[in-house]
Amino acid sequence: MAATSSLKNMALCLTGVCLICAAILGGVYALTYQPIQDAAKKALVASIAEVLPEGGNLSDAQSAEGIDEYYVSAADTTVLAYAVKSTTVGFGGPLTVMVGVLPDGTVYNTSVLAHSETPGLGAKCNSDENFMSQWKGFGPEKILKVKKDGGDVDAITASTITSRAYTAAVEQAVNFVKSLNKQEE
Amino acid sequence: MSKLKLITDGFIKNNPTFVLVLGMCPTLATTTSAMNGLEMGLATLFVLILSNMAISLIAPIVPDKVHIPVYIVVIATFVTVLQLLMQAYLPSVYQTLGLFIPLIVVNCIVLGRAEAFANKNSVIDSALDGIGIGLGFTLSLTVIGIVREILGSGSIFGWKFIPGDGILAFVMAPGAFMVLGYLMVLFNKIAKKN
Amino acid sequence: MEYIIIIVSAIFVNNILLSQFLGICPFLGVSNKLSTATGMSGAVCFVITLATVVTYLLNKYLLLPFGLEFLQTIAFILVIAALVQMVEIVLKKISPSLYQALGIFLPLITTNCAVLGVAITVVTKEFTFGDASHMLNLGQAVVYAIATSLGYGLAMILFAGLREHLAMNDVPKSFKGLPIALITVSIMAMAFLGFSGIV
Repeated sequence: MAATSSLKNMALCLTGVCLICAAILGGVYALTYQPIQDAAKKALVASIAEVLPEGGNLSDAQSAEGIDEYYVSAADTTVLAYAVKSTTVGFGGPLTVMVGVLPDGTVYNTSVLAHSETPGLGAKCNSDENFMSQWKGFGPEKILKVKKDGGDVDAITASTITSRAYTAAVEQAVNFVKSLNKQEE
Repeated sequence: MSKLKLITDGFIKNNPTFVLVLGMCPTLATTTSAMNGLEMGLATLFVLILSNMAISLIAPIVPDKVHIPVYIVVIATFVTVLQLLMQAYLPSVYQTLGLFIPLIVVNCIVLGRAEAFANKNSVIDSALDGIGIGLGFTLSLTVIGIVREILGSGSIFGWKFIPGDGILAFVMAPGAFMVLGYLMVLFNKIAKKN
Repeated sequence: MEYIIIIVSAIFVNNILLSQFLGICPFLGVSNKLSTATGMSGAVCFVITLATVVTYLLNKYLLLPFGLEFLQTIAFILVIAALVQMVEIVLKKISPSLYQALGIFLPLITTNCAVLGVAITVVTKEFTFGDASHMLNLGQAVVYAIATSLGYGLAMILFAGLREHLAMNDVPKSFKGLPIALITVSIMAMAFLGFSGIV
């Protein structure tokens, strides 16, 4: 029932199929372009909202040395908090964390933006209750190192490297806020 | 009867995982939890139905010698459509399943059904075959995911009922092979009794 | 140093079969005998390396400049399919003896997800070296492809050796064939887990 395999038929058929497929793909790409951008933006906005105290107006993204970018949340002229996007290297690749830091250097909350850690081990940095909740109100008097290295951070069981990377990302963010404060003084 | 049988065949007689043993890579890699298994199964189901239908439509006009490249292009197109749709509307699922969405292209189930069924049956029958095989695949992946999640994390669909860490090996590679092996034994036992 | 990290990590730590689950179907299919397993490993090694180079260049000089990354899947699979065909034709002409050894495995390789998997991984994933991570350059991509396929061969040949012995043993009826093979792979994967953390 299939058409004969003459050179003309084969070329026609391949060209035709490729053209139709290209048309479909181009169409779907154009249709989904905006939603994909929106979804990425929504994820970013949601993660910022999660790590900052309520209220205050959010600034646009600003870049700085040592971190990816940061946002300032302010009411009138008082700075309420900073949301700092910070990337370090975890076990499976880059680990990007959004860290909310109050002006005095206290961590308000953290949230994972992107990671490629091992499922069931390092990937728990995104789901382990004990690990995630310890960041809420992590004061500047505590040491930003995992307990194994003499600090105050409870590591995820069997995932020291991920925990270290996460802690380092928070440390980068906190140090950045501290350096901002110094400049203002 | 016959239409219904096309669908139910995919569950037991032609179960893609336990009988045909096709598409092992996503079966093993994405079943770290019940939810991941279910999502991967549904993603494959989507591609399978569409590619089966498209291929049964174009099969009569495709010359024999180029049928494999043509089928691969058709399948790859649907996979890319799926990739784009998931990035737009289910970005978190897309991130979890990662590499294994583009790899649906080389999932032998899809090309296998195109070769073995879709190219000599009507569009509707091919769609039904796609649904049957796709659901059978989804079911197998979900079952493997459930077993691995219970043993590895002490939870089911994210609902934790055993406190503590679970047996980590079951979330990692060795557990995948082992669970699949033992489930296959179980399937053999039950299928033989029937 | 980076090359050593890539090699050790691709062969042992992130072994493509035992921890990344790519290329399982041919792994289970042709590992019955040591000789076929060796042939398949050789063919895979050859095609993965070649395909990685071509898709890397295609991605860098054609897809990226035109913003067509979303076509990666479809473009790569076409390149791989064409490449496999070409290798088959060229091999037949130039080296009939090598064609005899690898020939029957070549058509199977198009649907071996290890090839597409490596090609996509190389152009999308950042790799970790010490405290930094970045995309691979062409040299590193080639080394990664070769090391990955060596890891594939290693796991495949080890497993084929085990499986030849399994065939002679008296296993319970429902375990015969694939189930017992999968459980054996599971124990091998456990052994390979021991490598994690060395780089």
